[in-house]
Amino acid sequence: MSTKTKLPTGQEAVAAKGWLGAHKWLILRRFSQSSFLFLFLMGPWLGIWWVTGTLAGSRTFGVLPLTDPFVLLQSMVAGHWPELTAIIGAGIVLAVYALVGGRVYCSWVCPINPVTDAAHWLHDRLGLPKGWQPKRSTRLWILGTVLVVTALTGAIAWEVVNPITMLHRGLVFGMGFAWALVGAVFLFDVVVARHGWCGHLCPVGAFYSLVGRKSLLRISASGRAACDDCMDCFAVCPENQVISPALRGKSGETPLILSPDCTNCGRCIDVCSVDVFAFTHRFDNHVKDTELVADKAA
Amino acid sequence: MLSPAPMSPARRRFLTDTARMAGGCAVAGLGLAYLVTDARALPAEALRPPGALPEGDFLAACIRCGLCVRDCPYNTLSLAELGFDGPATGTPFFTARDVPCEMCDDIPCIAACPTGALDPALTNIDDARIGTAVLVDQENCLNFLGLRCDVCYRVCPVIDEAISLELSHNDRSGHHAIFAPTVHADKCTGCGVCEKSCVLPEAAIKVLPVRLARGAAGEHYLKGWEEKDAKGAPLVEGIIDLPDRLPGPGTDNLAAPGGFEPAFKLPGASQ
Ligand code: SF4
Ligand code: SF4
Ligand code: SF4
Ligand code: SF4
Repeated sequence: MSTKTKLPTGQEAVAAKGWLGAHKWLILRRFSQSSFLFLFLMGPWLGIWWVTGTLAGSRTFGVLPLTDPFVLLQSMVAGHWPELTAIIGAGIVLAVYALVGGRVYCSWVCPINPVTDAAHWLHDRLGLPKGWQPKRSTRLWILGTVLVVTALTGAIAWEVVNPITMLHRGLVFGMGFAWALVGAVFLFDVVVARHGWCGHLCPVGAFYSLVGRKSLLRISASGRAACDDCMDCFAVCPENQVISPALRGKSGETPLILSPDCTNCGRCIDVCSVDVFAFTHRFDNHVKDTELVADKAA
Repeated sequence: MLSPAPMSPARRRFLTDTARMAGGCAVAGLGLAYLVTDARALPAEALRPPGALPEGDFLAACIRCGLCVRDCPYNTLSLAELGFDGPATGTPFFTARDVPCEMCDDIPCIAACPTGALDPALTNIDDARIGTAVLVDQENCLNFLGLRCDVCYRVCPVIDEAISLELSHNDRSGHHAIFAPTVHADKCTGCGVCEKSCVLPEAAIKVLPVRLARGAAGEHYLKGWEEKDAKGAPLVEGIIDLPDRLPGPGTDNLAAPGGFEPAFKLPGASQ
């Protein structure tokens, strides 16, 4: 590999596109995350009740109900048939994430994401080893376990420990000991397992990945011919197992990142100095011409 | 000895991985199940909002969104924070002594609930059974001491039905009445206004969860006098109703002066 590999991740992209250009999606994402949080905080802080409630369930402008479909699913598994409002709310949320990608929740909405992102940043800074790396499928097993426990105990099980809703509720209503749980997730990701929580364990992310299996919005490595193997995208991607099939696909193979694990965070777009990646829809198999040229030359 | 065909390494690996994962999940699941079960212990002073399903069903239904909390005009409700010995994390509750439920006619908390954890079948707030008020400490209640505090009685939104003042003779002073605040559980909504208003530093009347506040008669118990009234005649036909023995002269009641020894004594019933 070229000496460029030795450059710190993202430096090339900054040189090629400027700092803003190389952080566009990251900035938009942070903006989205804080906006979602701010919408919920406007009520208690400013007395402007556009959005009332928490991520688990909310009411917007007094009419639009939104419900966390995973919490509602557990409620049903526990033996409760919810009122129509909650079902409509969950339906809307499911429809949106089915369209834009289930794990868009992870990278654009979830309040734990900035925490685990920060943990990853620190992990990198300290140059710590990867640590414990259970299979990516572990989270699906945990998802199953949560549903089994919910069915057996007849109570919504994950909400007893869910750091996401606890942090969100903590910020909107009052923290209690929730900060300890959030701190535990942070520490876990720094010291025990790189990308441990979001990448391997969180059953909520696993649930949303299933929701977004056939989502329309996708990342495509349509410019893959220009790839210079700097590996920066692999370094920034929280689910970097999803990149190879698209980026390293032979001609004729789709450049789309079709894995439901991809969170549509767009960091790969930011960090690529030669603009290999772009947002597109799942039927867009277009690969930039440069590939044909490169293929013929080879 | 014939050894069975050796398992392919891939298959062996798949099986051990799966077994390991299943084992790990069983352990984690047990831990989670413990926490979930532990979260069921609702402290006695934590009252659920009006219309809340029974605790077990409530924990299956409530998604912990906080909408009931936001829509309560009196800021009665709050969401339980993560901590020890509290209500299940994130679920709504109130403490009567802090802020009681003011029994809103339109019951905004139920209207706000998207899931039905607060049962929309409750349309008349007087039918709410959040808990039951119990005058737990007769020794400190001012009215039981013979004074006329009456506060719990006067503040009750269902006055004279849920709580009344029952008169009895004040033996201490000899010539006053005791006005005992008396809760009637079939009408008490458990709103907690009485507990909040009790003038003592520690309330003498408290709203308890119904399970603690009330006993229960055996299902097969019948009250003879009620049955008799309903029938309009003695329950057993042809039974002779002997005159009751009143204390007094000419009877065998020894407690009364002038009584006489019974004609015979039950064996073994000496003294
Ligand atoms: S491929 Fe790109 S968009 Fe998808 S998760 Fe990785 S960094 Fe994010
Ligand atoms: S009835 Fe009114 S005061 Fe009582 S909990 Fe509901 S909203 Fe609050
Ligand atoms: S809790 Fe107290 S104030 Fe409320 S209805 Fe019962 S007796 Fe009345
Ligand atoms: S307010 Fe308290 S002290 Fe007074 S009568 Fe009621 S219970 Fe007793």
